[in-house]
Amino acid sequence: MFSSRMFNILVPIISVLLGLISGAIIMLIFGYNPIAGFAALWNGAFGDAYFFGETIRQVTPYILSGLAVAFALRSGLLNIGVEGQVFMGWLASVWVGISFELPMIIHLPFAILAAAVAGAFWGFIPGLLKAKLGVHEVIVTIMMNYIALYLSNSIVRNLLSDGADRTENVAETASLQSSWLAEMTFYSRIHYGFIIAIFMALIMWFIINRTTTGFELRAVGFNQHASRYAGMSVGKNIILAMVISGGFAGLAGAMEGLGTFGFMSIKSGFTNIGFDGIAVALLGANTAIGVILAAFLFGVLKIGALNMPTVAGVPTELVEIIIALIIFFVASSYMIRWVILRFKKEGK
Amino acid sequence: MDYVIEMLNIRKEFPGIVANDNINLQVQKGEIHALLGENGAGKSTLMNVLFGLYQPERGEIRVRGEKVNITDPNVANAQGIGMVHQHFMLVDTFTVTENIVLGSEPKKAGTVNIRRAESQVQELSERYGLNVDPRAKIRDISVGMQQRVEILKTLYRGAEILIFDEPTAVLTPQEIKELIDIMHSLVKEGKSIILITHKLKEIMEVCDRCTVIRKGKGIGTVNVSETNPTELASLMVGREVSFSTEKTKADPKETFLSIKNLHVKDGRGVKMVKGLNLDVRAGEIVGLAGVDGNGQSELIEAITGLRKSDQGTIHLHDKTITNLTPRKVTQSGVSHIPQDRHKFGLVLDYPIGENIVLQSYYREPFSKKGVMNFKKVYEKAKALIKEYDVRTPDAYTPARALSGGNQQKAIIGREVDRSPDLIIAAQPTRGLDVGAIEFIHKKLIEERDKGRAVLLLSFELDEIMNLSDRIAVMFDGQIIADVKPEETDEQKLGLLMAGNSTEKAGEQ
Repeated sequence: MFSSRMFNILVPIISVLLGLISGAIIMLIFGYNPIAGFAALWNGAFGDAYFFGETIRQVTPYILSGLAVAFALRSGLLNIGVEGQVFMGWLASVWVGISFELPMIIHLPFAILAAAVAGAFWGFIPGLLKAKLGVHEVIVTIMMNYIALYLSNSIVRNLLSDGADRTENVAETASLQSSWLAEMTFYSRIHYGFIIAIFMALIMWFIINRTTTGFELRAVGFNQHASRYAGMSVGKNIILAMVISGGFAGLAGAMEGLGTFGFMSIKSGFTNIGFDGIAVALLGANTAIGVILAAFLFGVLKIGALNMPTVAGVPTELVEIIIALIIFFVASSYMIRWVILRFKKEGK
Repeated sequence: MDYVIEMLNIRKEFPGIVANDNINLQVQKGEIHALLGENGAGKSTLMNVLFGLYQPERGEIRVRGEKVNITDPNVANAQGIGMVHQHFMLVDTFTVTENIVLGSEPKKAGTVNIRRAESQVQELSERYGLNVDPRAKIRDISVGMQQRVEILKTLYRGAEILIFDEPTAVLTPQEIKELIDIMHSLVKEGKSIILITHKLKEIMEVCDRCTVIRKGKGIGTVNVSETNPTELASLMVGREVSFSTEKTKADPKETFLSIKNLHVKDGRGVKMVKGLNLDVRAGEIVGLAGVDGNGQSELIEAITGLRKSDQGTIHLHDKTITNLTPRKVTQSGVSHIPQDRHKFGLVLDYPIGENIVLQSYYREPFSKKGVMNFKKVYEKAKALIKEYDVRTPDAYTPARALSGGNQQKAIIGREVDRSPDLIIAAQPTRGLDVGAIEFIHKKLIEERDKGRAVLLLSFELDEIMNLSDRIAVMFDGQIIADVKPEETDEQKLGLLMAGNSTEKAGEQ
């Protein structure tokens, strides 16, 4: 039989393949050429340095929002509030970025840290409510998303600008942008945040797999009764998991605030960075390395898709369908396991 | 000879192990046939093969002399084979009848004809003396009644051969007696029964013949009338087994645990422990006897810090441990073998090795400055696994994959290895086979002899009588009697447990 580790690797790969194949079939049904479509997608993501830079730019926040969701899930919590925590992180990073005049060596870490703290605070509230009052984190975090959206809109309009739709740009000393990287990629919006994202994935792996904190968090995620019996504080671990998860999410916001855009504007709706993080974590089986790979795939699909209408005449929405199908197949991994086992049996 | 079921040379493999190795099982019509074996011997695998849940690699199954290919449970049902599962598969909010017809509802113009079903259930229930109310909701009836619903479910589907998977594990002594009557009336009506069990007493009491399996191999079939429990036990385990554990007289020293006027409420706010006093001395085993639900669980939870007490004190040596956190209680020198090992004792998804350090992971050498040292964790785990004879492929196997007996041995290893002053063992041998029970009893006595205080909660009177140096009978939240095992018997204890005071019990 396959080990569970094998399954954890096989299921996402097969899901991705099935998603792509289904996408091809859908293109055929609607009269598009799937080969041309996928070729356009590929070129749109890797075709030249500009596209590649944009892909990396897109991957960066995905890694962090994916880590946020994965970290909470490993502790048995479903953090739907990553989206709101991204907003808070974005807002805090920009706020610090435009309000201070400091040398870069202080200003940039300060802005990044502010984002993490703001996101962590936004995760702390549902964590506290769950730990002390037993309020389900899903309900609270969904509500907190809306509070974050409208709160940050209001702050951008009234506090950080004079009734304008966006803030001014963050100071050079707080920016993650790099003229060197931009020049190399024909002025794509790639920035140094990518390094932070990879580093955070390492941090997540280390906390979860190598520390006593991770040992407790996972134990609480699997079995709260046994954790309590063993002398762990369930409430403390729930709060801690939400705080760390929110911290990762806040950093994802900083990537947008200090890197991609360099400012914050009024948003009419959600950015979807947080919600896509749920899909990234799911596809990445809640592991650090899995999240990096899944974020990369999603980044490629999203950026590559922009090239599809112009080159192959295939609408970008098709990529949304493919992503939805991949998630569908991952979520129904039970089915894939069943099919693998069937094949295995018949092969005997 | 007419066999209603024949399983011949059945072989079933799982990766790495042969669960069934050329096993034969032949069941006659109208008999109660026991299938005896240790935990993990392959009984359940064999029955799952018969019920169509597993496909055997080799061998054939004959039902009423005809070779059949049972590919799934529906085929088994069609052949008249019914299974009464150990873990009931019932919908709590449905009525008895709704549960019974689920999946084969009698229909009338597209709707379920529940009236007809109810009268059918009523009729079946009366015929076999089951005494079940067809309209009662499952959540309102006792565990014993729920089991009868499971029996009715198979009868409703026309089962001729009933498989009972360790049916008495969840029942009270009274319910067991009633179940045995039911089984007798079933065979009188021409049904055949396969009883999966590792309780020798039950086999001697109800079964006609007994097939023994040991480590996946068929050992043989014996007539129960021609054998005795000792022989059955040695067939099952493969060596001589002693039932009453040998022990010397206790040599109790100073009082270790001292509980004074303790009051504890349960989760619903009902007072369960009402002014309880109890002392346990070093070097003695105190058996806590009593009918389930008289406050025993709440008492243990209060001692171990899992539940807050309202009033009273708990002392360990000269320290007060009243309402400390579980971690503080553990650090004070208390070990706890919990009643529900799946819920409390283990993180089932963790490797067995990491379960071994579940309370000590934060200390050196298992971690240093918050960073785990898994090498040391697994070194320790491997040593304990060896010492306590935990049978597992390796220390990295998830606890979930181990058999109940081996999970329990791991827990006991973990709890005893901490060298505690007080060991609280709540139903430490529940659901285990004689081999494992013997091992665990020996360990508890060893710990007593090392001068540790042991508080043993058990609903098995045999176990209480066998192990205890002193028996505290708990009734309605208080200790109502403190007796020596050699000065009492099961009958007197039974009366005490029902709330009669010592004097009255003495007069009987």
